[in-house]
Amino acid sequence: MDNQPGASGLIFNEPSLWEKSRKGRCAISLPKADVERAELDKDLTGDAPELPQLSELDVVRHYTRLSQWNFGVDSGMYPLGSCTMKYNPKTNEVQAALKGFAGAHPFSGDEFSQGSLKLMYNLEQYLAKITGFDTLTLQPAAGAHGELTGMLMIHAYFAKKGKQRSKIIIPDTAHGTNPASAALCGYIPVNIKSGEKGILDPETVAAVMDEDTAGIMVTNPNTLGLFESNISKIADIIHSKGGLVYGDGANMNAIMGIVKPGEIGIDVLHLNLHKTFSTPHGGGGPGSGPVAVGKALEPFLPVPRVVKDLDSYKLVSDYPDTIGKIHTFYGHFGIMVRAYAYILSMGAKGLLDSSRLAVLSANYIKESLKGTLNLPYDMPCMHECVFNDEFQSKNNVTTVDMAKRLLDYGFHPPTIYFPLVVHGAFMIEPTETESKEDIDQFIDAVKAIAREAEEDPEKLRKAPFLTKVTRLDEVTAARKPCLRG
Amino acid sequence: MRYLPHTKEDIKTMLKITGQSSLDSLFECIPEDLKTKQSIDIPQSLSEWELNAHMEELASSNIACKDYKCFIGGGSYDHFIPAIIPYLISRSEFMTAYTPYQPEVSQGTLQGIYEFQTMITELLGMDVATASHYDCGTALAEACLIALKKNREKNKIAISALAHPSHRQIVQTYIRPTGYEIIEIPYTKEGLTDMNALAGMDDLAGIAVQSPNFFGNIEDLKAVKAVADSKKALFITSFTEAMSYGLLKNPGQFGADLVAGEGQSLGIAKSFGGPGLGLLAGTKKQMRNLPGRFIGKTLDANGDNGYVLTLATREQHIKREKASSNICSNNGLNAMTAAMYLATVGKIGIREIAQQNHDKAVYLKKSLVNAGFEPCFDKPFFNEFVLKPPKGFEQKRAALIQDKCIFAGMDLEPFYPEMKQHYLFCSTETVSKDDIDQLAKEVQ
Amino acid sequence: MKEISDLNLPDDMKYTKDHEWARLSGDIVTVGINDYAQDQLGEVVFVELPETGDTLSKGDEFGSVESVKAVSEIYIPVSGEIMEINEDLEDAPELVNESCYEKGWLIKVKPEDVSELDNLMDKAEYLDMLKG
Repeated sequence: MDNQPGASGLIFNEPSLWEKSRKGRCAISLPKADVERAELDKDLTGDAPELPQLSELDVVRHYTRLSQWNFGVDSGMYPLGSCTMKYNPKTNEVQAALKGFAGAHPFSGDEFSQGSLKLMYNLEQYLAKITGFDTLTLQPAAGAHGELTGMLMIHAYFAKKGKQRSKIIIPDTAHGTNPASAALCGYIPVNIKSGEKGILDPETVAAVMDEDTAGIMVTNPNTLGLFESNISKIADIIHSKGGLVYGDGANMNAIMGIVKPGEIGIDVLHLNLHKTFSTPHGGGGPGSGPVAVGKALEPFLPVPRVVKDLDSYKLVSDYPDTIGKIHTFYGHFGIMVRAYAYILSMGAKGLLDSSRLAVLSANYIKESLKGTLNLPYDMPCMHECVFNDEFQSKNNVTTVDMAKRLLDYGFHPPTIYFPLVVHGAFMIEPTETESKEDIDQFIDAVKAIAREAEEDPEKLRKAPFLTKVTRLDEVTAARKPCLRG
Repeated sequence: MRYLPHTKEDIKTMLKITGQSSLDSLFECIPEDLKTKQSIDIPQSLSEWELNAHMEELASSNIACKDYKCFIGGGSYDHFIPAIIPYLISRSEFMTAYTPYQPEVSQGTLQGIYEFQTMITELLGMDVATASHYDCGTALAEACLIALKKNREKNKIAISALAHPSHRQIVQTYIRPTGYEIIEIPYTKEGLTDMNALAGMDDLAGIAVQSPNFFGNIEDLKAVKAVADSKKALFITSFTEAMSYGLLKNPGQFGADLVAGEGQSLGIAKSFGGPGLGLLAGTKKQMRNLPGRFIGKTLDANGDNGYVLTLATREQHIKREKASSNICSNNGLNAMTAAMYLATVGKIGIREIAQQNHDKAVYLKKSLVNAGFEPCFDKPFFNEFVLKPPKGFEQKRAALIQDKCIFAGMDLEPFYPEMKQHYLFCSTETVSKDDIDQLAKEVQ
Repeated sequence: MKEISDLNLPDDMKYTKDHEWARLSGDIVTVGINDYAQDQLGEVVFVELPETGDTLSKGDEFGSVESVKAVSEIYIPVSGEIMEINEDLEDAPELVNESCYEKGWLIKVKPEDVSELDNLMDKAEYLDMLKG
């Protein structure tokens, strides 16, 4: 482990907020009471909530110490498959914090919000150009929310045609959000298997597609990191029965400037600004999940929409076929600012290079680790590659053991046990922002762990050793849920 | 490009390992006819200083670029954000981490969100709170869906007409494909939800009332609870102004089953409406019906305290189409922000700030009435209220924004066509007595 | 995980293809999940059960058994009314692992037609099915 980043530094213990609390402390500078106190009726008021009582330094130290127990992209390589943990540029944060943006009230009125509206309008245009669609909504708050928005539009499309459909085709490699989003619209998922080569066979789709099926939800590249090369044929099959093709753009980072989903038969596509367009994941969100559509679904977009009128911009809600609103205001504007800054910093060439280098890095890892780990689908991959623990299982070492051991080496583990079609999956997505040296270090770490699996499997089963805590008792956490202090 | 580290030499070496001759040949697995013929038609890349200039230009064409006095709310509130909040939340260990799927290296996020859940349950008087939702509107839609799913023999949800208009529209959007029905409960002359309108209606799965409501008035949640109980419907309550529960009796004390709320007031920038913070809380009985993530406390193999994501079997990555919701990403970083804010203000601060919001709103209302405005409702309110302005106010209002950066109330007509010439005013701790006096003078 | 030969499968009950067991005693059928199912699922953390008084038809889903990362739906082997559910499982779901035929039973059903049990497998037939 000599050349690996993993090391044990000084990590502090830190109690919970209420253990630190001392009666009488307050960490905020209270405003002066310059008007008369107005007492509300006692029936309406309650006791002050029992929040912790701390000084400003108590709060600063608490969160500084907590942060030191976390691993982020800025700490080290984070090759989490299907999550696109690329570098989050710091200039994006500066832009989002500009007073004119961060301080803008959503009900300021169009006239006084021209900067925000122009940014949203431009971002819509750029994302439409990147994906090859006509138009798009920025309103969905996350990827899954975008999926729901897309499915609601499909539902509205069939309702408008006067004949609703009851089913939707979903491949076995899909993210769980796909069937869950479809189910919210009342569609019954028809699960289909991908073919031997890890991609969909048109025949499999043709066998289940009928005039009671709304369409198909396809992730392309799929979650095995493979390009669905039959996509046009599949789209033809779906369209010939009057259905629509939903594209899950979670893996758009592989194909920017190379494939435009709007040109290959996809009718509606969501993007994840917090994946492809570099906005931070924030420990789980907030994200942003814009949805691009072709002509067929355009009338159903959520409202309000940003419209350009000569040289000014306005919000318009007057679209009779709209699915309505899906966010209280206009979506996660602060995230849009970051993605917009990213796209402008990259330009078309930068985006194309990102995809090329993301794919290069994934193929490089795939070739370098082939033989060390089992590769169930051995073919050129896109931006991620999926191994499993078949070689190691003879020593009773599983994917989770290797993942935990990687933490000691200073890397965040890949996505594990997903996609479900690969038993014990170990899904690596390096992204384009990791350098060759960091990738080589990661490859060395995985090889070292594979050696340890042979020589000292027991050690792997107890890993990690250098982290603040070691493996946690998830069974008791779920059996006797303790969700508050 | 400074984000891309690959040198020409690196690319050459890496290509060699992959057995490919060029970057283009990496994409040979994609049929030629599927590749785009045209490069992406967007502007040339900008250097960092060009970007700064462009963004500054955009930001400065928003009125918010200047110091402005905000007398509007309506779901987005101007509260003071102490310096330590943006400072601490910018720590990249929080900001650049993914969902805490590997708890051994995510204890910061996990303990932080566990403390958030705890403080939200304390603020609302509820048993459990989720790790966050997108915003109040989507949280309310989820709460309505829970009621409908758990009360299968019933097919209607009643929502107060004084719930935020956008929230009602979101619920409509979510519910439409399911075939359930939404009943809008009208409001009384006093600006409160008219619970009598539900008399004789028995197939309600849930009743949802916002308090303080969109007009700012504090609802009689005790009465809502009684009606909900009498109809065996779930009692859902929502709020847009989290600060109000620093002062008001909380929903738990009124026996709410589910609470949906907006947490933007808790240290989060208005940011043109998002990202805010969806709050979702419930009684213990509703724990497994709630959508989204939960953090739970447990022990590690050495017996040390630690935190993990738990009760994950409700979620889409395991239950797929049978999941309680499709939510995956939530608004985690804003939940952490809210936790930092609540820890900063503490028990003393939240009470004092909430009280001052109310004090200033009462003073603002009095001042405007003295300046010729007509009061509409006489019910207790927190920090928002409705007034009917004297003639000519509309023009004065526009000029005040343009010339003095004062936002004096918002027109209710776009939301309630019957409320012509009625304005919703708001006052928070960020406006001073002088600001209020100045406004009263300007609009006289 | 257990080898098929190590499974504990009592002779005095019937088995379903979904790995539930059903035991008739008097006019009541007790239902649970068998040793194979609890072993495959791993540590059970939660059991979702119907309400007493519910009436279900043979093959209906009547609840689910959950481990940390998996959910298994459970199907009722006979039509009838739910007379009793095992309330101990709310606080101690681990009983399903520790004692799947005794303390870890799930529901007691008053069958509409006891002869429905005849269509279920006995131990030998069930073992044949597992061996494929």
